[in-house]
Amino acid sequence: MKDFPYTESKDTRSGFGVGLHELGKSNPNVVALTADLTGSLKMDAFKKDFPERFFQVGIAEANMMGIAAGLTIGGKIPFTGTFANFSTGRVYDQIRQSIAYSDKNVKICASHAGVTLGEDGATHQILEDLGMMKMLPHMTVINPCDFNQTKAATIAIAEHEGPVYLRFGRPVVPNFTPADQKFEIGKAVMLNEGTDVSIFATGHLVWKAILAGHILAEKGIDAEIINIHTIKPLDAQAILESVRKTRCVVSAEEHQMNGGLGDSIAQLLAREEPLPLEMVAVNDSFGESGTPDQLMEKYGLMENDIVAAVEKVLARKAK
Amino acid sequence: MSQENTLTATDQKSVAELKQIASQVRRDIVRMVHAVNSGHPGGSLGCTDLLVALYFRIMKHNPSFSMKGEGEDLFFLSNGHISPVFYSVLARSGYFPVSELATFRKLNSRLQGHPATHEHLPGIRIASGSLGQGMSVAIGAAQAKKLDGDKSLVYVLMGDGELEEGQVWEAAMYAPHCKVDNLIAIVDRNGQQIDGSTDEIMNLGNLRAKFEAFGWRVLETDGNDFEKLVPTLEEAGQLSGQGQPTMILMDTQMGFGVDYMMGTHKWHGTAPNDEQLEKALQQLLVEQASDY
Repeated sequence: MKDFPYTESKDTRSGFGVGLHELGKSNPNVVALTADLTGSLKMDAFKKDFPERFFQVGIAEANMMGIAAGLTIGGKIPFTGTFANFSTGRVYDQIRQSIAYSDKNVKICASHAGVTLGEDGATHQILEDLGMMKMLPHMTVINPCDFNQTKAATIAIAEHEGPVYLRFGRPVVPNFTPADQKFEIGKAVMLNEGTDVSIFATGHLVWKAILAGHILAEKGIDAEIINIHTIKPLDAQAILESVRKTRCVVSAEEHQMNGGLGDSIAQLLAREEPLPLEMVAVNDSFGESGTPDQLMEKYGLMENDIVAAVEKVLARKAK
Repeated sequence: MSQENTLTATDQKSVAELKQIASQVRRDIVRMVHAVNSGHPGGSLGCTDLLVALYFRIMKHNPSFSMKGEGEDLFFLSNGHISPVFYSVLARSGYFPVSELATFRKLNSRLQGHPATHEHLPGIRIASGSLGQGMSVAIGAAQAKKLDGDKSLVYVLMGDGELEEGQVWEAAMYAPHCKVDNLIAIVDRNGQQIDGSTDEIMNLGNLRAKFEAFGWRVLETDGNDFEKLVPTLEEAGQLSGQGQPTMILMDTQMGFGVDYMMGTHKWHGTAPNDEQLEKALQQLLVEQASDY
């Protein structure tokens, strides 16, 4: 099992903020909008240096999505910033009609996704956003794993023509991906090659999968770990190549089981390569208040949960 | 896109010519909805004069369509169900062949039941139909023009029943706050919605007072009288660039031009039968009819 040394822990939302600020400098068409969450989304630097391209919409997310769609008509590349809950469920019809169906070049950037939002509780902890967004035709759905990758993804999506949902989070997590790693939309990242089981993880669960990989190695289990930062389009080729070697699969994500990454992988396997799959995800439940670590533990999203899922799927594979 | 290609003052139609065009557009509308026995004739007929005035007299625009419309005035239809009038006016303005109106609401058509962009129908810049979204989109397009130093205007039409959607009021609060003064919004005040009159379903109250309180400059006009409508639209244009968005409360009669469709909400989403179509066409006379 490879080591993934890191020198610091950072929040993914700060990766977004830094990436957005760089875009402000490099691309005059990039504009940013927020619905009263400038600081939470780390958009302060962009606001300070590019005030004429920064739009404060107030607590009015539906209006924000419509304005963003309108800005694309004038050739702008709008990045909207608010919490994941208010970026998706609250404005689903606005995204559906004015952005996805109309194929507008809006980048919907969503922070505080999942239970790691913590103490605010279930009203704000959306666990259905990936599902909602991946169901929309035309929509690209991205869920990077750390600061560096979120920054790289932010910069990459400005070059991609079409609507994008970019999901990230609030907590500080190990920043381990190389700072110079190019972000390729739809291209899975191989983290550790292995032969016994394929672990496909996204977002905050990528680091948990690495921790699980070390525990599994001590148990003599050689896990292949792949970072699926793009939920849609799914890198079917990378997934199939891996599972044809390992013959069993674990998915891991901070999201509902229904509609998440595991669900997309299950569809792919059922069609192309039926193999045992275990999903580490929230199982048809809302979250609640607590610290991020407490919640990750309670909702079964820790490295030990991935290890248990691997052992279960290995037993199924053996049958 | 070159400025030379856009319509200039010499292309502006007289009121007499506008009336002829409006009558032809109304013939298109009733024939389109009759052909597929579906669609929304009432609001389409009521707003015909507005769209004809905008596209044949008021707006600088280029039928060699570009999405951005640099240097052009843009029009957004928020109440997308009145697509028949939008399609007819776009076709009659030269955006696409008039013969294509025959495909309205049919399989594989670019003329979807509600306006859509995915088949790239020239003249359509956003999908609409789910109500309440168009003014936000128009604001974004207007702010993009401001960023580019483009002095042209952005128009958006909404239904009066549509004002019941909350997003409209988010946008209504935003536009004056952000001084979106290149935006001209128009409410089709026909007093009708699907389930009955707006008074009965959800009383809109004093719309002038409401929009003024939000910081809009408010004009009122008769949307079925070019002698009043055209000067109001010209006034709205002159008021642009002065720090405030303009709202035109436009009184119309649903079904205008076809007597049995007027004064009722019953023709909101109902198509005429053969006999009713004949009767409508007899009332919609044009000196030289050019039906598709």
